[in-house]
Amino acid sequence: MRRDNYLITPGLYCVGRPTGDSSILVTANYKLTFDLLRQELEGLDMWILVVDTRGINVWCAAGKGTFSTAEIAYQVQRARLMAVVEHRELILPQCSAPGVSALQLNKACGFTGIFGPIRARDIRSFLASGRKADEAMRSITFTLKERAVLIPVELFLLMKPLILILTVLLLLSGIGPDIWSLDRALPRGGMAALVIMLGVLVGVVLVPLLLPCIPGRQFWLKGLLLGTPVGIFAVLRFWPLVGWTAVIGMALWAMSVSSYLAMNFTGSTPYTSLSGVELEIRKGLAIQLIAAMLGLCCWLAGPFLL
Amino acid sequence: MKQFRYIDGAAILKLDQAACIGCGMCEIVCPHRIFQCIDNKATIVDYDACMECGACARNCPVGAIFVNPDDGCGCARYILNSWLAKIFRTKLSPCGG
Repeated sequence: MRRDNYLITPGLYCVGRPTGDSSILVTANYKLTFDLLRQELEGLDMWILVVDTRGINVWCAAGKGTFSTAEIAYQVQRARLMAVVEHRELILPQCSAPGVSALQLNKACGFTGIFGPIRARDIRSFLASGRKADEAMRSITFTLKERAVLIPVELFLLMKPLILILTVLLLLSGIGPDIWSLDRALPRGGMAALVIMLGVLVGVVLVPLLLPCIPGRQFWLKGLLLGTPVGIFAVLRFWPLVGWTAVIGMALWAMSVSSYLAMNFTGSTPYTSLSGVELEIRKGLAIQLIAAMLGLCCWLAGPFLL
Repeated sequence: MKQFRYIDGAAILKLDQAACIGCGMCEIVCPHRIFQCIDNKATIVDYDACMECGACARNCPVGAIFVNPDDGCGCARYILNSWLAKIFRTKLSPCGG
């Protein structure tokens, strides 16, 4: 999963047999973006100008300023586009607009920027209708499928920290009146791992899938809400085994983990504003940290109170 | 996107209608369809749908639109990392995208 493998060398590429009159599409050098665009253009004759966004997709790169007016102008000059085509027009992905000023592009390289549709699959009808994009083509979506494809990546990124946390937890689970015992560490550590992993699944899988149906606006609250059943399950299932104090600790963990991970999902959505996220994570993070610490105290105190 | 609504009143978005020349660029670039040109003036028709992507401000030829200029997307992990970088005075790692 190294990002370097997902880079396309910036520069000018052909689709079919483009001529001096063929349209030029500008895109990022993220391999998945480039491949998708090429697929959608099958059977057409066009140019693709790939700009250097360090392997980041169009929207994020535009937001961070790598997919910029200056970068496009640089690639236009590097590819000697003036000599390749007779027209002076570049079709830009709509989602590059946070980083690209169509007006300044003309001043910078002599090519006029036209904002095309958001999605590559609409390019064909955009071109066919005389460079017109309707409201649907210009609106961002966040369908079930678009949310579902994000889940494996999130899970993969969580593997390492999760293994680390669960290992530490296994060691801590053995602490008791007799200092430490493996007979205590294994069953308690296993229970804690199960409950935390359920919290992870709620935050990383369930929250994205059910996103529009979960009540509330703030993500940390959505995660907390869906994490509550896991907490209740932990209490009902494990209190006869580990006692009330420890079981409350587990429930607090499950809820803070699902709340935290739901909050993290803001980075993957196309509708959360920076101001809004800043607003919610101040409160969310404080409560998650307090709950997790309280949970740890309960968990450690449990064996002494049995 | 109507079924996805984020915190109301949070976004920083200002439109100076007196300066607006009605070119319609903001209407074209906004991925949440917040602007509409009515009588040659841009109007904000759905303020709370704004996610501060900044496309409108970047493409306004007369600078009539102001959007939260802070670098970064609406991403909790990025904000957390920027806080940590400030606390520990380390370099902020770039966003994964």
